[in-house]
Parts: sequence; structure tokens; C-alpha cells
Amino acid sequence: MSLDVNVKALMKNAFRQSKVRGETASRVRVPGGLINAESMARVVEIAQEFGNGTIFLTNRQGMEIPGIPLEKVPEVNERLQAIIDDSGVNQEERGKGYPAAGTRNVVGCPGSRLCPFGCYDTTALARRMDKAVFPNNRHVKIAFTGCSNDCAHVALNDFGIIGMTEPQYDRDRCIGCEQCVKWCRSRSVGALSVVNGKIVRDEDLCIGCGVCVNYCPTRAWTRSPEHYFRLKIMGRTGKQNPRLAEDWLKWVDEDSIIKIAQNTYAYIDEHIDPGAPGGKEHIGYIVDRTGFEEFVKWALDGVELGPKCERASRVYWGGKRYDRSNELK
Amino acid sequence: MGYVLSREGLDQVLQGLGTEYRLYAPVLKMGEGRFADTDVVRYDFVTSLDQIELSKKSDYAFKELLTPLSETLFFFTEGEVKVADKDVRDVIVLLRACDLHAVKRLDQMYLANGTEKDWFYQRIRDHVRFALIGCPSSFENCFCASMGTNVAPEGWVFSLEEADGGYRCAVADGTLAGLFAEHADAEADVEPAHVVENDTKVRVPENVPTAIYKHQMWDEYTVRCLKCGRCTIACPTCTCYTMQDVFYTDNGRVGERRRVAASCMIDGYTDVAGGGQYRRTGGERMRFKVLHKVHDFRARFGYDMCVGCGRCDDICPEYISFAACVNKLADAVDALGKEVDGDE
Ligand code: HEM
Ligand code: SF4
Ligand code: SF4
Ligand code: SF4
Ligand code: SF4
Ligand code: SF4
Repeated sequence: MSLDVNVKALMKNAFRQSKVRGETASRVRVPGGLINAESMARVVEIAQEFGNGTIFLTNRQGMEIPGIPLEKVPEVNERLQAIIDDSGVNQEERGKGYPAAGTRNVVGCPGSRLCPFGCYDTTALARRMDKAVFPNNRHVKIAFTGCSNDCAHVALNDFGIIGMTEPQYDRDRCIGCEQCVKWCRSRSVGALSVVNGKIVRDEDLCIGCGVCVNYCPTRAWTRSPEHYFRLKIMGRTGKQNPRLAEDWLKWVDEDSIIKIAQNTYAYIDEHIDPGAPGGKEHIGYIVDRTGFEEFVKWALDGVELGPKCERASRVYWGGKRYDRSNELK
Repeated sequence: MGYVLSREGLDQVLQGLGTEYRLYAPVLKMGEGRFADTDVVRYDFVTSLDQIELSKKSDYAFKELLTPLSETLFFFTEGEVKVADKDVRDVIVLLRACDLHAVKRLDQMYLANGTEKDWFYQRIRDHVRFALIGCPSSFENCFCASMGTNVAPEGWVFSLEEADGGYRCAVADGTLAGLFAEHADAEADVEPAHVVENDTKVRVPENVPTAIYKHQMWDEYTVRCLKCGRCTIACPTCTCYTMQDVFYTDNGRVGERRRVAASCMIDGYTDVAGGGQYRRTGGERMRFKVLHKVHDFRARFGYDMCVGCGRCDDICPEYISFAACVNKLADAVDALGKEVDGDE
């Protein structure tokens, strides 16, 4: 029997089209990059029973199980069910695998579950975001990183979220040892100075990394009860104009970020190039075409930015324009 | 006299004490730990039992009341000095056996070290009394039994500890007995609980030869120690301070003198005019701290400064164990002794 496979449906079902005729690869979604050991073992079993015994660790913290015969897809989908249940990823029909692949795995650095510098639980927020935007066929990349170190490389994403804390200063606990000043200078941006034995923070310069809190020996510096974020937007890799995401919002709250990401899908539906290959167009290019203001109008629909939130009125991106010149000078 | 009280009963007692005393006790400060969404236990004024954290060892010690981390001593203008106001209403401090032993060390340093008493310390100390939190079991890193500080000395007015869903209190100050009797479920023979053994055991060397000064045992700390001083800030017996003379920027002839905590582990401590610095490396500082705690203080006052609370080990971000260091010191001293014997 010759193969008669709907490749578009296959890809939408999170199976990759393989170079090797008759084979495919199953793409396992791991929001926030944290998977429990049982599910890891299930991935291994699928690779051994259906695949070629290897597992590819993707750049976006997912896994791909290559070498699966196309006719085994329904069986693999059934075996994926326990993994999907464990990871809490939204599904449309049980036993049928992942309902979409366009919106990419939501990335997260280890965050405050493990990392001393993490300003919030990146895993929990990545999972919350995944629930809010998946399944969706639109090509959107979202990544969460715990602090300004940006270990998750969020600046390469459409939405890059960086954790922030607003350091709280108790002058009565400060002994003027200047360790916060020293560490802020050497590990961060140098936002602190000493005035008459006490510490002054340059609120504009401070990036909310929490390094001062980490190094203060007395708990004169503590973290704000609120978790804040920096939202960088429209970074991308790729052929035409790869570029880093740029700052749009600072000291923004979690709920607003979720809502902005959700709103973006409606904006894409409205403005996507109907002729885009495979119905996919990076949002960044859509924003380039419609203008930033149009994006903002859609993204902020119904969003109440908190009183602390600062917003860039314009965002300027840089990057290489391969579509204009590929010359090395 | 001893009493068995319900949670409500003890709370009533504390409220009753609150009319005459301020209560200073360990408090779980939510979200105020170093890392995101972590807590810290440190001392603060409280008004009810709910606010008090009795199940954990405090990360920072009670000493912040007696020797504030930062305290304005007086204000000065061109010709006059005005002593800073201080709330000196009476206080009852809730602390553990090792801590009460630490009070003796603080008193020694501030009131009985040379001819002068520290007036600012005394001003606070005169209004402070203590209540003992019993320790039915040891916490991690405690080595009070090794230091002989596991049984509280005299000086507490009452004790309290959780038992069978309620509280057991011994009352040493007869004037408080009435208040306890009023809210107690029953009278009982109560001895404050104390631990007899800790997992961590420390051997303090009796005499330390000066050859230890250049011993290689300190070298590892030069690599490991951040010189952050957390170990001394959290320590109930560290007493070092420095002065800040501050001139107000609006008027450079007016200002204040502050006393702030200092530490032999933190930069600046041995700086002298001309840029000299006597102990630069973590190893040198560790040597100075450890010897002060288990040797030098004893040479002057006849007993060790360290009370074995283990807070230094709890708080060190680099997993440097003071207890392990003292044991290494004891071994090094033994080895040095053998070398000397061998030479003879
Ligand atoms: C005329 C000569 C000197 C004068 C007037 C002088 C004065 C002082 C003063 C006022 C202090 C501060 C005490 C304090 O803050 O409690 C001090 C500390 C000290 N001086 Fe001198 N000094 C002199 C020479 C020296 C010399 C020659 C040395 C060493 C070779 C020396 C070593 C020290 C040390 C180690 C300290 C202790 C630093 C500290 O604890 O912070 N001094 N001196
Ligand atoms: S949060 Fe970071 S940038 Fe801000 S003052 Fe602290 S160390 Fe400096
Ligand atoms: S590290 Fe803490 S105690 Fe030291 S100067 Fe900074 S705020 Fe003050
Ligand atoms: S040196 Fe360490 S164990 Fe000893 S009293 Fe100080 S904090 Fe406690
Ligand atoms: S150990 Fe250091 S900071 Fe503590 S009392 Fe001794 S010299 Fe002072
Ligand atoms: S021993 Fe630990 S707590 Fe003490 S100064 Fe060194 S790194 Fe800091």
C-alpha cells in the first residue's frame, strides 16, 4: 500500500515531516522545561518502541522522538497521553496527541525553584502561559527568565519576560558595609551609592535584579512582595532581519503579560498576510508592516497596567537586514 | 512554680504582660529571605502569641535589641550635643538557653571590659528582662552541649515551650505567678526543656600555640569565604561596632554620630590611615574570628565567647562551617603539639 498521509494535519498534530521517507518525529511539549521523571521515562519508552532509540533535545526545551514510522502515529499519540496529562498541556481530544504545534513550547530558565538569583517561579508562570495560549497554530515564541541574567535568552523571542524585584530598603538595618554597592557595580549596573553612611538607589538605573538583596548581610535589603517583570518584544532569529527583542514594558505585572499575549492572537488573525507560506508569519514582521501603534492598540485591549508600570512610547529594533544587503564590510 | 496553659491561655498571659512590657520575640518574616519567596526568622516587637515563631531557630539573634545594627547615639550642632531619644520602656525578650548565655558575653563586653561601662548599652540593658524558650530537641547545626550552654543560666523570669498541643511554663519571678495562675489550665512541676546532645559536636582546644598563626589550615578559607560577615551579624555574641560621624548635607556643621555593627570578616575592619589593612584574606579573617570565639576571649575573661548556637553555620552562603573549623583547629593544635614533642 502506498502511503497517503495528510502532512499538514500531521504537522499540526506536532509530528515533524522527516527527510526519511515513511518516518516522522514526535514533538513533546515541555512548558517551562521541567518534566517529571515518569514522563521522561515514557519518552524513552516511545523512542525505544516506536522510534530509532534516540531523543533530540530541542533548543526550546522540548523533545523530539525521531524515526517513528508514519503508520505508528495513532499508537504514539495514545502513548503521549500520560505525558500530556502530567504536563498539564491543553488538549482537544484525549488519545489524539497534541492539537497544535504553531505556538512553540514556552521556555523557562530554572527560576526561583532552583536558582538563587531567580526573582519568581518561572516554571509555574511558563505553565500558566502555556495554558493561556495553547493550543494555537499561530507561530508565537514566548520565554520566561528569572532575572536580568537572561539565561533563557528571552531576547530571541516574540515575548521575552524577565523577572524583577523592587528592592526594599530598611535603613535601620543597614550597617553601611557597602557590599550591596560593590556587588551591584560588579554583578549588575551600579545603581547604588553611599550618602552619609546609608545607601541611595538610583531608581531609573536599577534593573530590579535583586543582587543587592542577595548580598546584604543584614536583610536591610529585601524583595518587594510583588513580582515585577520586564517585557521585551519581537525578537527573532531567521533569514530576513534577525534581531533582539527590545524593552516595551518595565515593572509590569504577571496578569497583564498573560493578557497581552492572548490579545496578540487576535491581532495576528486580523493582520496576518493571507498569502504567508503555511499560514505562518512571524509576528515581528506583521508589526513591521502594520506599525507599532496598531500592535499596541490590540495588545493592550482591556489591560490595566499597574501604577508602577513604565511603557516605552516607541520601540526601535536593530539587527541585520539580510533582505537588503548581505555584504561583509 | 509551673503551669500548663492552652494556646489561648498563654496568649492571654502575653497580652497581660503587654500592659507593662514590650515583648521582643522571634518572628517569621514572610518573603524577607535572601531568595525569592523565602522567609527569614528575626526578632521584632510582638503583641500576641500568633506573631511569635517558636518552632524554628531565629536566623538573626536577639542582640539587635541590645546592640542595634544601626543606632544614632547623639546629634551635634556647633556647640552642643543632644543625646538621641530612645524608647526605654521595659522589654521582655524571648530567647533560648544559648542566647541567655550570650547575654552574659554582651554584658561582659559592654559593661565589664575595662573601667568604663558603655552608657548607651546600659541605657537599653537596664530595661530588659528575659523569658526562656525551652528546647526539647536540638536544631540543625546547634552545638550548645559542646560549649556547655545547653542549660540556661539564671536570669529568666519565666519559660515557655510547646507540649501536647498546649504550653508548659515555669515561672521564676514570683510577681508574675498571679498572671499565669489566672490563665492556666493547671499547675504542674515544670523544668524548662533542654537538649543534652547535639548532632554537631565541637572540640575546643585548650591552649593554642602561636604557630597556628601561620598554619596552612586557614588557606582554604581564603578561597572559600566571601568576606560577607553574615556569620558575625547573625551571631548572638559578636559585639563589634564602628562609628559613623555624619554631617548633614544642607548644613555641614550639624550632624549625628551613629554606631553601626562591624565585623572582622567585612572589608574596612582593619583599615588604618595610609591605606594599611591588617587582615586582607578570608583565611586571615577566619583565623581571627575563630580564635576570638574559642580562644582569645577566654584568655581575657576565662570562658569562651561562642555559645554554640550554630547560626553562623546556618547562614553562611558558602557552606563554611565554623563548627568544622574549630574541630580542624583542635586537630591542628594536637598535631603541632606532637611536632614539638617530637623535636624534644
Ligand atoms: C603618632 C602616631 C600614631 C597615632 C597618633 C595613632 C593614632 C591612632 C588612632 C587614633 C587610632 C584609632 C583608634 C580607634 O579607632 O579606636 C589608631 C589605631 C591603630 N593604630 Fe595607630 N597611631 C599612630 C601610630 C601607629 C603605628 C606606628 C602603628 C603600627 C605600626 C599603628 C597601628 C594602629 C593599629 C593597628 C590601629 C588599630 C586599627 C583599628 O583597630 O581600626 N598606629 N591609631
Ligand atoms: S536590584 Fe540590582 S540593579 Fe537594582 S540596586 Fe539592587 S543590585 Fe542594583
Ligand atoms: S549590604 Fe546591606 S547592610 Fe551593607 S550597606 Fe548595603 S544595605 Fe547596608
Ligand atoms: S560563633 Fe557561631 S555558634 Fe558561636 S555563638 Fe556565634 S553564631 Fe553561635
Ligand atoms: S568574631 Fe569578629 S566581629 Fe565577632 S566579636 Fe569577634 S572580632 Fe568582633
Ligand atoms: S564564613 Fe561564610 S558567612 Fe562568614 S564571611 Fe565567610 S562567607 Fe560570609
